[in-house]
Amino acid sequence: MNRLLLWFHQLGSPPNFHAFAGRWIPWCFGVAVPLIALGIYLGLAVVPPDYQQGDSYRILFVHVPSAWMSLFIYAAMTVNAFIALVWRIKLSEHLAMACAPIGAWFTAVTLATGSLWGKPMWGTWWTWDARLTSELVLLFLYLGVMGLYNAIDERRAAARAACFLALIGSVNIPIVHYSVEWWNTLHQGSTIRVFGKSSMDPSMLPPLLAMVIGTKAWFIGSLLARTRAAQLVAESGKEWVQRLNPVRAS
Amino acid sequence: MTPPRPPLLAARGLAFARNDEPIFGPLDFHVSHGEALLVEGDNGAGKTSLVRVLAGLLPAQAGEIRIEGQRLDRQTAAHHIALLGHLLGHKPELTALENLAFAAGVYGQRAGTRAEDCLAEAGLSGYEDQPVRMLSAGQKKRLALARLRLIPAPLWLLDEPFANLDLDGIALVNRLVEQHLAGGGGALITSHGAYATGAYRTRLLRLGNGGD
Amino acid sequence: MTDAPLGRAFAAVLLRDFRLVWRRRGDAAQPLLFALLVVTLFPLALGPEPQILAKIAPGVVWIAVLLAGLMSLDTLFRSDLEDGSLEQFLLAPQPLWVLVLGKVVVHWASTALPLLLATPLLAQMIYLPAELMPPLFVSLLLGSPLLSLLGAVVVALTVGMRRSGMLLALLALPLYLPVLIFGAGSVIAAAAGLPYAGAWLLLGAALVLALVLAPLAAAAALRIALS
Repeated sequence: MNRLLLWFHQLGSPPNFHAFAGRWIPWCFGVAVPLIALGIYLGLAVVPPDYQQGDSYRILFVHVPSAWMSLFIYAAMTVNAFIALVWRIKLSEHLAMACAPIGAWFTAVTLATGSLWGKPMWGTWWTWDARLTSELVLLFLYLGVMGLYNAIDERRAAARAACFLALIGSVNIPIVHYSVEWWNTLHQGSTIRVFGKSSMDPSMLPPLLAMVIGTKAWFIGSLLARTRAAQLVAESGKEWVQRLNPVRAS
Repeated sequence: MTPPRPPLLAARGLAFARNDEPIFGPLDFHVSHGEALLVEGDNGAGKTSLVRVLAGLLPAQAGEIRIEGQRLDRQTAAHHIALLGHLLGHKPELTALENLAFAAGVYGQRAGTRAEDCLAEAGLSGYEDQPVRMLSAGQKKRLALARLRLIPAPLWLLDEPFANLDLDGIALVNRLVEQHLAGGGGALITSHGAYATGAYRTRLLRLGNGGD
Repeated sequence: MTDAPLGRAFAAVLLRDFRLVWRRRGDAAQPLLFALLVVTLFPLALGPEPQILAKIAPGVVWIAVLLAGLMSLDTLFRSDLEDGSLEQFLLAPQPLWVLVLGKVVVHWASTALPLLLATPLLAQMIYLPAELMPPLFVSLLLGSPLLSLLGAVVVALTVGMRRSGMLLALLALPLYLPVLIFGAGSVIAAAAGLPYAGAWLLLGAALVLALVLAPLAAAAALRIALS
C-alpha cells in the first residue's frame, strides 16, 4: 500500500506525469480504437437482429456505452474534484477539469443516439421522462463546470470553484441511474447487470463488451492527453518545460 | 521560570503567489505583544496580499503562520484578528451606531466599552445617527477605527490605516494603536511611506523585489 | 474578551439585513413587478384564450416565481462584497453558515414572500382554477425557500465575478429543475385528480436538508470564491 501511495505522490510532480502520460497515451488509444472498431463492426454486421426491434436496435452499441461513460466520467470527475479541494493537489485539479469536456461529449452522444433510437422505437425524437431529463441535466452540469472554469481568470481559483460545483452536481448521478426505477418512464429499465443474470441475449454481449472496454480506454487516453496539455500550459514558465523544447531561438 | 510567551504573530517562510507568479516571500517575521510591525513597500509589492494571507482570507503558497503559538486556521483567526482593510465594511444605509451595534452583535464587545464612547473617542460624537453614506472618507475611516476599539481582538492588521485621514486622524490612529499595544495587543501596519508613527515600539519590514 | 453567542449573532444579521431592506424598500417591489411581467408574457405570446391559459397556469406562476428569484439572487451578497462587509464576515468568530443563513432568510422574506402573498393576483391574471390555489400556494411555500437556499450556494460560488448574471442563471437552473418538476408537478397532479402529497413530502424533506446543508455549502463556496 505504501508503494502505491508513493507512486501516486511522485506522479503528482508535473515532469513525472508528463513522462507517464506520454508513455501511456499511445497504448490507451491503441487499445481503444481497435476495440471500438471491432464493437461497431460486430454490432452492425455480425450480431443477429432483435426479435422485436429488428435492426434499429443496433444503435444500442453506441448509446449504452456512451451513457455508462457519461455517468462514470462524472463520478471520476467528482473523485478528482474532492481530492483537489481537500488536499489541494494541482494534478487532481487538472484531471477533474479535463474530465468535464470528455464527459460532456459522451453525454451529448448519448442524447443524440438516444434520440435517433427513439424515433423508430417510440415514434418521437424526445420525451420529457425522468431518464432523458436527468441525462440532459447532466449535460448542463458538465457545461456549467466548464463554463465556470473558463469564467474565472485566476486558474487555481477557477479550478477550485469548478470542482466545488462538480461536487454539488454529483447528486444528479444516482438520480440519472435510478430514474428508471423511481419513476414510470418511457425509457426501458436496466437489462444489463454486472452481477447476476442479464436479460440481454448472450450473443449481443461481445460487441457491447468491446465497446465498453474501448470507450473506457478512450476516456483514459483522452484524459491523460488533455491533462498533459493543460499541465504544459499551466507550467509553461517553469524550467522543466523549457528543457522539453528542443528548439532554441538563435 | 515560566517559558517565554509565544509571539502574537509568527510567520516562517511565508510566500504567496497568484497564478503561479510570486507576489512576496519567503518571509520570516514576527509581531510580539505590545509592539507594532510596520510593513512598507511600494504599490504592487504585496502589502495588501500579505495582510489578507495573515488574516486567513488568501491561501499561502508556502510557509507557516502561528498566532500565539497556534497554527492559523479559521477559529484562531476569528478570535485573535481584527482587520482594517481597504474596504471598510460599513453598510452605507445604516447609521454609525447601527453599524457598530451589528459588529458588537457578531464579534462580541470588548468588556468595559460602549459604542457611543468608541464613537466619541474616534471624534464622531454627534454623528451617531448619521447614515454612513453621508460621512466623508475620513469619517468613515474613523468609524472603522471606532469598531476596532469596540470589538475584542489582540492582533490588529491595519492595511494603510493612515490613508484618507487628516493630521488629527493620523494622531487618532497612533493614539488607538498606542492604547492597544499598552494593553498587551499587537499590530501590523502597512503603509507606503512617510507617516509618523506614535509613541509605541515599532520594527520595520520592507517588501518589494521578492521580499527580504 | 467576550464572544457573542450564536443566537445573538444570527439575530444581529437578521436585524441588520431587515433594516437594509427597509431603507431601500423601493427595490423590494422589483421581484414582484418582474413576476407580473413574466406572467403577462404568456397570454401575449400564446393568445388570451382562458382554457389554454388555465391549463398552463400552475406552471406559469411557478416559472414567474422561479425566474424572479433567479434575477434577485445577485443582490444576496453583492452589496456586502462591494463595501467589504463580506470580508469581515469571513473573519467573524461565528461560523459563517450562521451569517449566511440569516442573510438567506431575509433575502427570501424580502424577495419571495411578497411573491407568495401576491399569488392570488398572479393566479387571476392567468385564469388559474380556484380549487388549485391552495395546492399552488403550498407548493410555492415549500419550493421557494428551497430555491433561495440552492441559489445561495451558486451565487456564493460566483460572488467575486463581474458580469456573472448569465453564468449564474446557467449554473443555478439545472439545480432548480427538480424543485420545479416536483413543485409545479404537484399542482398539475392535483388538477388531474392524481395524488400529490408525495411530491410535497419530497419537497419538504429537501427543504429540511437544504436548511442544514445549503448554508454550509454556501459558506464553503464563499471562502473558495474569495480566496
